[in-house]
Amino acid sequence: MTEEREGRVALRIKSAEIAVAALFLMAGVLVMYDSVRLGATWGDDGPKPGYFPFYIGLIMTVAAVMNLARGFMIPADKNPPFVLAGQLKMVLTVLVPAAVYAAAIGWIGIYVASILFIAFFMRWLGKFAWWKVAAVSAGTAVALFLIFERWFLVPLPKGPIEAFLGLN
Amino acid sequence: MAEIQALAGGFAVALTLTNLLLMFTGVILGVIIGVLPGLGGANGVAILLPLTFSMAQTPGGATSAIILLSCIYWGALFGGAITSILFNIPGEPWSVATTFDGYPLAQQGRAGNALTAAFTSSFIGALVAVILITFLSPVIANFALEFGPPEFFAVYFLTFCAFIGTSKEPAFKTLASMMLGFALAAVGTDPVTGTLRLTFGSTKLLTGFDFLVAVIGLFGIGEILLTLEEGLAFRGAKAKLNMRVVLETWKELPRYWLTSLRSSAVGCFMGIVPGGATPASFMSYGVARRFSPDGDKFGSGMVEGVVAPETAAHAAGTSALLPMITLGVPGSPTAAVLLGGLMIWGLQPGPLLFVEKPDFVWGLIASMYLGNIAGLVVVLTCVPLFAAILRVPFSVIAPIIVVVCAIGAYTVHNAIFDVWMMVVFGVMGYAFKKLQYPLAPLVLAIVLGDAAEASFRQAMLVSLGDMTIFFSNKLVGFLTTVALVLLLWPSVTWLLGKARAR
Repeated sequence: MTEEREGRVALRIKSAEIAVAALFLMAGVLVMYDSVRLGATWGDDGPKPGYFPFYIGLIMTVAAVMNLARGFMIPADKNPPFVLAGQLKMVLTVLVPAAVYAAAIGWIGIYVASILFIAFFMRWLGKFAWWKVAAVSAGTAVALFLIFERWFLVPLPKGPIEAFLGLN
Repeated sequence: MAEIQALAGGFAVALTLTNLLLMFTGVILGVIIGVLPGLGGANGVAILLPLTFSMAQTPGGATSAIILLSCIYWGALFGGAITSILFNIPGEPWSVATTFDGYPLAQQGRAGNALTAAFTSSFIGALVAVILITFLSPVIANFALEFGPPEFFAVYFLTFCAFIGTSKEPAFKTLASMMLGFALAAVGTDPVTGTLRLTFGSTKLLTGFDFLVAVIGLFGIGEILLTLEEGLAFRGAKAKLNMRVVLETWKELPRYWLTSLRSSAVGCFMGIVPGGATPASFMSYGVARRFSPDGDKFGSGMVEGVVAPETAAHAAGTSALLPMITLGVPGSPTAAVLLGGLMIWGLQPGPLLFVEKPDFVWGLIASMYLGNIAGLVVVLTCVPLFAAILRVPFSVIAPIIVVVCAIGAYTVHNAIFDVWMMVVFGVMGYAFKKLQYPLAPLVLAIVLGDAAEASFRQAMLVSLGDMTIFFSNKLVGFLTTVALVLLLWPSVTWLLGKARAR
């Protein structure tokens, strides 16, 4: 990884502004659409369920259009980077494992997933020795188990390994 | 003085051994949360909230639970200053202004003075705000007993318009972010008719979005992602704090009494109207720089430049609880999380709380006095310990914070779906922060959305759809007018700017 590539711009402010405003616009229209389906008018016994959300959606749409317009009006020479390639890489190295972690909780339980997640992170980004990795990741899981399951009696999701160990 | 008597009763409630222990636990946890990047007052309290569910069910347990949570909040307020001064990394947004003079002081080897000044002025700011709460909240609560649906909606309306009028973010972005919050609040079952709204056939959305999950994702995961952009290394000044330095600084502090007073006033005001601690700290730093005889030296390491923002941030953070307990309208995201806690424990915040649960309310207020004293003692004695936390490499801290956030999100409803939503909210928080979409109005709208809608619809039912009900008497007319002025404020300043440019 050379210095130059780290500093390369991955996304500029203008594109980011337009993308986020467009998502807001879609959300606003979606809210209005569903509100109209439910009835956004005055019914026999007062306002229908869609009455209040309809206006929420309407205001969101108007605000999004304004933000979209302002996004398009950003001049090309005043368009600072939103995120540099190097920064984006750092962000993704957390985000992708975190997303995988969140997905894995359902299959293997939160404890095993946490051990793997912390271990992966320490080994890959921190380059720690294996014994440190094992100590911290397993230690965290045991501490969490004691705090939640034993002291506060809050059950957390568990998977096949806990079942095998008889901890359910 | 009925307040003094009630407060004495409150101290009797708060001064049990269990509660004192919880106070210190809360403060220490809070400082750790405040020091760590990615964990802050709002999401720290949100993550720990589920742990209090069973605690609050025991007799008197709700008071203990709120003491624990509010002390976490005080601790987080104190903790933000440590990282700002020693590492030039604001642990919390409201301590950004503290870095301006705090970090230069630390570089000159006067970190101890800066820390003592920060902690002491935080304490004073909080104290002023708590005294204000003690005497003002019964009055407001009493007054608010007469409120009907139109008045309540006017208060909600005022709260949200205040965001638009006072936020430094672009008005349309504030508006968009706020409306997104209302829309997310509307997802699920309609509180009045029971109709399903905005679920699009998904069973996962039946219960709607929980704001606690949103808070954990937006503030927790979003903050971690932002911190990572800056890289993994922390470089900090050494923290030494001995009694001599503390006393030396305390001798210097009375000189800044006027700054303290001004900053407390700014802070209390910004906390009660939902401006929040962050703008309060910036505003008060600016005011102090303008009025101080050493104003031009600000930024080079002036103790006064630490006193001003810290006093205001703590005053605002504390007084944000005033509208929360009296009206059920929180002044900040953390106050919103505390409000959510009260509702989960089966307490309805608002004017009736003072009548129905005086023990709880006055116990809470008394614990604010005690918690801040506990906080001051803890931070003055344990700074090196807390600073050591930041020397743990980020590649160890970051995954542990993510794991803790995930557990916090899961335990809200025991739903794995919420953990996925947390990740989505995290990405949202990251993008919004970078594009200046404010997060506080979004969170407050998710919390208050249902209540605001219910009061609006009730008011409309009373008036048969006639909007003039919001001007039907002096009080509601006044609230609505102030709200409209705040709402239109950005366009007024914009027009003025245009006229001046011509």
